[in-house]
Amino acid sequence: MCPDAPVPTRSSSETDPATDDGRTVLGAADISRALRRIAHEILEANKGSDGLVLLGIPSRGVPLARRLAAIITEFEGSEIPVGSLDITMYRDDLRRQPTRAPMPTQIPDSGVDGRTVVLVDDVLYSGRTVRAALDALADHGRPAAVRLAVLVDRGHRELPIRADHVGKNLPTAQTEKVRVRLADFDEADSVTITGGAR
Amino acid sequence: MSATTSSTTQTRMPRHLLSMADLDAGAIRTVLDTAAQMHDVQKREVKKIPTLRGRTIINLFFEDSTRTRSSFEIAGKWMSADTINITGKGSATSKGESLRDTVRTIDAMGVDAFVIRHGASGACHQVAGWVDAHVINAGDGTHEHPTQALLDAYTMERRLGSLEGRHVAIVGDLAHSRVVRSNLISLQRLGAHVTLVAPPTLMPSGIGAWAERDGFALSHDLDGVLQGREGKAVDALMMLRVQKERMSGGYFSTAREYTVGYGLTRPRLADLVERNPEIVICHPGPMNRGLEISADAADAAQSLVLDQVSAGVAVRMSVLYHLLAGEDTPTVGTTTEGSAA
Repeated sequence: MCPDAPVPTRSSSETDPATDDGRTVLGAADISRALRRIAHEILEANKGSDGLVLLGIPSRGVPLARRLAAIITEFEGSEIPVGSLDITMYRDDLRRQPTRAPMPTQIPDSGVDGRTVVLVDDVLYSGRTVRAALDALADHGRPAAVRLAVLVDRGHRELPIRADHVGKNLPTAQTEKVRVRLADFDEADSVTITGGAR
Repeated sequence: MSATTSSTTQTRMPRHLLSMADLDAGAIRTVLDTAAQMHDVQKREVKKIPTLRGRTIINLFFEDSTRTRSSFEIAGKWMSADTINITGKGSATSKGESLRDTVRTIDAMGVDAFVIRHGASGACHQVAGWVDAHVINAGDGTHEHPTQALLDAYTMERRLGSLEGRHVAIVGDLAHSRVVRSNLISLQRLGAHVTLVAPPTLMPSGIGAWAERDGFALSHDLDGVLQGREGKAVDALMMLRVQKERMSGGYFSTAREYTVGYGLTRPRLADLVERNPEIVICHPGPMNRGLEISADAADAAQSLVLDQVSAGVAVRMSVLYHLLAGEDTPTVGTTTEGSAA
């Protein structure tokens, strides 16, 4: 676990839980509003929910994808397929750290061929996780289109990748850590920033 | 979801997998959990992940093998490693080259791992001291076969759930089996109770002291164990192959006698299934149908024989991943200096 490295960690959830709580930039209500707006944007861009598949990137992307799917169902009344896409085996930094156990990949029965796949993650940082996710996705089929939805975009891209739907753009220093907590794993929903120059 | 779903649980993996004892309970858990994810790759249309791209794995087999060698080869290929098979017969060994020279020659080519099966117990340990590459024991003499034990545990867990507190009976030629030792270690580390069953002639010498030290049970009475007369009922039954080459060794007088005393015959199977329909039957293969296991038992709904083979690839992918994919940790104590000389 090396949260300080500019090279990607799988998600901000890997930041050190022992550090102080830092500055809260999004509370539970903000996260809920951001997700509802993203859900609207996904539907608007897709002109409805037809052919949509949401795939969360473990670990925090998975509950976010499920929440988005539930909101979309609430808006449109139709269930949309939701799953998870683990990228551990596709990382470009495998040799830089001890191996970690991969997380489940669950592709919905509908598959991804010809669908519009929305990848969902909590934090967009270097872009390497998304690159790995695109490789992983290609091994499961050929979507008609792939979009990216993230709760937080903190900048510092190392690859030419951008998100289609962003909950909050968060200018950060690389020395800072962004931590996303979700009630599915943690005590409550929040996004905090810790560390960096004070 | 609990905290265990966190992706950050990291167990330090050994450099080599020579013995099941190289993996502590946490590492065994990690390997089995990873195997479950690898199993999904097996069901994909495109069975290829890029994880070990650029790594070279040498399968060095000095003894015959179908499933172990092919599953290691498939596992490596599905993970994009380059795998090369070398058998004792076709190699320079048949011209009299020593094992040490053979492995050091191949090691000097810059390979990343050796998967070795050898007739001599301890051969893999020796090789690990001679080469810079990782070494995985694919069966050495009558000593160990750790990946077999891992796939056995994986297969049983898939059917039974956690092995904690479960009772596993291992039956057959304990004296010549390398599967037994590895299985004993992994099953006990996973919390299972183990009973070893064999005729007195097929028990390894000194096993009594070993059983006492490690806390497993011994029996010569298969029916007694299966009927739960000696402790708790059996949840899993692992039949070992009777190595036909032992038949002339005076270990038992006739095949018929062995089958009557220690084979999983049709009546034994019926009795067993009636007692516990959930029981699982394993066999590391190759099977001698009609000797240690009847055809009915081998093909019964309770039989996991083909699941074991299927799990073999996933478990070996997991082992290769954890040994080879991570950061290049400095070797401790196993590297010989100036090995390229």
